Amino acid sequence: MAYGPHTPADREAMLAALGITSVEPLFADIPVAVRADGLALPEPEPELELAARLEGLAGRNRVDLASFLGAGVYRHYVPAAVDQILLRGEFYTAYTPYQPEVSQGTLQTIYEYQSLLAELTGLDVVSASHYDGAAATAEAALMAVRATRRRRVLVSRAVHRHYVETTRTYFAAAELALEELPTTADGTTDLAALADALADAERPVAAVLLGQPNAFGLLEPMAQAAELAHAAGALFVAVVEPVSLAVLAPPGSYGADIAAGEGQPLGIAPQYGGPYLGVLACREALVRQIPGRLVGRTTDLEGKRAFVMTLRAREQDIRRERAASNICTNQALCALAATVYVACLGPHGLRDVGALGAARARELERALAAAGAPRLHRAPYLNEFAVHVPDAARVHAALLEHGVLAGLPLARWYPDDPQLREALLVCATEVTTTAEIERFAAALAAVRAGGAPADRTGSVAAAGTPASVTTAGGAS
Amino acid sequence: MSGAASGSLDSRDVGSLGPRSAVGPQLQPTLDELSRPGRGGGKIPHPPADALAGIPASALRDAPLALPELNEPEVVRHFVDLSRLNYSVDGGFYPLGSCTMKFNPKLNEWAARLPGFAQLHPLAPDALAQGTLQLLWELEGLLAEISGMRAVTLQPAAGAHGELTGILMVRAYHESRGDHERREVLVPDSAHGTNPATASMAGFTTVEVPSAPDGGVDLDAFRAALGPRTAAVMLTNPSTLGLFEGRVVELLEAIHEAGALAYMDGANLNAILGKFRPGAAGFDVMHINVHKTFSTPHGGGGPGAGPVGVGEKLLPFLPSPRVLREDDGTFRLERPGERPTSIGRVRAYQGSSGVFVRAFAYIRAHGGSGLVEVSEDAVLAANYLKSRIAGAYAIPYERPCKHEFVASGGPLHEATGVRTLDIAKRLIDKGFHPPTIYFPHIVDECLLIEPTETESLETLDAFAEALLEIAAEARREPELVTSAPHTAPVRRLDEATAARQPDLHWRAMTGAESPCPT
Repeated sequence: MAYGPHTPADREAMLAALGITSVEPLFADIPVAVRADGLALPEPEPELELAARLEGLAGRNRVDLASFLGAGVYRHYVPAAVDQILLRGEFYTAYTPYQPEVSQGTLQTIYEYQSLLAELTGLDVVSASHYDGAAATAEAALMAVRATRRRRVLVSRAVHRHYVETTRTYFAAAELALEELPTTADGTTDLAALADALADAERPVAAVLLGQPNAFGLLEPMAQAAELAHAAGALFVAVVEPVSLAVLAPPGSYGADIAAGEGQPLGIAPQYGGPYLGVLACREALVRQIPGRLVGRTTDLEGKRAFVMTLRAREQDIRRERAASNICTNQALCALAATVYVACLGPHGLRDVGALGAARARELERALAAAGAPRLHRAPYLNEFAVHVPDAARVHAALLEHGVLAGLPLARWYPDDPQLREALLVCATEVTTTAEIERFAAALAAVRAGGAPADRTGSVAAAGTPASVTTAGGAS
Repeated sequence: MSGAASGSLDSRDVGSLGPRSAVGPQLQPTLDELSRPGRGGGKIPHPPADALAGIPASALRDAPLALPELNEPEVVRHFVDLSRLNYSVDGGFYPLGSCTMKFNPKLNEWAARLPGFAQLHPLAPDALAQGTLQLLWELEGLLAEISGMRAVTLQPAAGAHGELTGILMVRAYHESRGDHERREVLVPDSAHGTNPATASMAGFTTVEVPSAPDGGVDLDAFRAALGPRTAAVMLTNPSTLGLFEGRVVELLEAIHEAGALAYMDGANLNAILGKFRPGAAGFDVMHINVHKTFSTPHGGGGPGAGPVGVGEKLLPFLPSPRVLREDDGTFRLERPGERPTSIGRVRAYQGSSGVFVRAFAYIRAHGGSGLVEVSEDAVLAANYLKSRIAGAYAIPYERPCKHEFVASGGPLHEATGVRTLDIAKRLIDKGFHPPTIYFPHIVDECLLIEPTETESLETLDAFAEALLEIAAEARREPELVTSAPHTAPVRRLDEATAARQPDLHWRAMTGAESPCPT
């Protein structure tokens, strides 16, 4: 067996100690009627061959295109130090810090994570993390339902579609109402519709959820929305992207009671969907409603400062069916990645990431407008926006042949919306280069003119021998 | 906390933490205490001054960001120092029952970081994602064979998330048949706490079923609890006592006769690879903790992943999107709305692919024969270890265990006053991570010990010796045990104050007002 240490003599010694000559008696309690006889799986693969198989599979993915795809998952430069720390076996091969005396490393890093995210969100309490942004959003909504004892939640249609869909899945089980708020022509949530929805005294609202930036990359009138929600006795939940919080107002400053979001941009690789980092934060008053692990500072019996998992009476292993959630794990290693990432960049570096992304996005906006794809919405944006492109799905596919991943066709998320059906959601970050932007604009102009790619070296059609990868960093 | 938080040079105070030591772990200052205004920089080019000009001031942060300012050498040393305060599988024996802390192969870490896997965007068109899609599709097939299930979804992010996914499918199944009266989920009293918590989250009421004296489910009590209101029964097999549920055939028959579905908590799959395939035996749905059985690293508490296998009945309800293979051999994700019977999404994207690269590598490295050997060795090691400590600790269930076993410190407690918690802490002094303690709740002064198949005979013997020594110490010098640990970086913690006056983040840091480092 690949990683087993037992020699035949070791096995014999153990069997002899048990007074048996084979392992069969140890499995005799499995009724014969349901006992399996091995597994119909391939033979063991030696490491050399397995490594080649894995490299082959990785090589069949294409990650060398000029990518303008964000939509909730963003490419960032990750300092090399981050992955070096993640590869320390003391961190990644440890388990949940149930024994705090031999887990201070994990416990302190979670405390530091909580502290860094408390500063970024402007809120008091940050959970040790959830599965991803969608799960954190769903948990935020459920938390508001528990805290207010109301069963109706309003979510802007400009919150990430997958977060809304996930919340809907969670809500269906508990028979809670989730209603979507429309957006106005400028792309932000319709506050008049929000006021109307909140005015229904028969069906009081537990929470109002808005994204900042929203699913179109636009900046929402968060303070006004929070005020409306609070006036109706509802909680206000901000769905945020944590890197943006280096430059944008923190949720605590505009009255959010809960913030939820995807922590992937904080030093975690895209990895085709995970593992990621669900960020969940709240005001102090809600501390006993927040699901998931919390780490607190305390002392040991000699008075030395130390850290420990705390307020555990909310958790499933103690409260069982009365727990705040069934969540058991957190995403500790992903939270560690975020902690090291923020520590490496510091306040100035993180702000530079946010501001440089915004600057690159403006460069992208100008280039695409010049190529005939103007912005779709008027509201201000940070580093992601929608552009109007007739026949967007076909153009998107054609651009792949030019080695350009032209963001997300919004038809995928809003198939019934005639305006959004002709739109691409594109983003830029600090890793986006002027050369990539020029390539995108030139390819777009060519595709719209009906031209074939001039240079097919980076195209999907030319795939087969993948080009070397251009993105930096590699936290996982 | 101390005055350390203001961040100025003069107030630096890590006081009682003691001097930095070249050998042996010492407690460390926090990042805010290490921060010095003006440190850091050099990572990101400076943006143009007007980068944020188009954004209204009301949407921007108006106070400086109060994050620590550090340079890279300090950051690296800080986290290396912290890592040294951790116990880990790479560092030693971690016999944490129900957690399967086996060795994490290093090849798998390398593989998950291959740029083709790591840098792939989850919304990338299928044409760009053929490698990962193929890996996920093949892994689903491998897990289906192992579990005996018809199909597998890789979407759930953890075991508990898999439970929720499974129970939501159960709910959808009954609803689809117009069977709206099934509001109860039966759970044995030895179950993981996640089982009843999951049932509640999915809108069901939990009915707890007592265990029989032999550790199995009490069949009479079980039959009495089953009925037209039962939606599902959640069984862990082997149970959390490390015992195979010998009445599993009768239980499954009774469940299906009552019109309910059988959920298998796959937390203990490591014991039964190639010996018992739950789907083939009649379970309708199960989750698999790949961070246990298939060695994806626990990461200090996550990330894990919790694929769910289903039989024919639940096939229509699997979360979307599924990974599909076309006739031409290409792979794609299911499109939105393609399968209206689906329960929908349970997370943002299609699964924790980074975890699954590792699980796939683990399964391929072992192959079918290797996985059977995994279970045989895990079970042999557990029975051997049990036999080694049986004289000093009570063994509540005498029959052969599977991959883990429960021991009780009850008699030792009565004789010496030393509790299981003390035994656990004393093990730390002897260089071992403690086993799981006080779970399952139905065993007095419980120790749940799981050695896994990757620990050598020498390690098993050394651990047995340590437990025997502690039992002797408890009789000879109980204070030595009750005051343990003595050699860890910290002594026992004041958990009561931590809960009464929660201190969940450093508070007093001020914003970084120093000029941008150039």
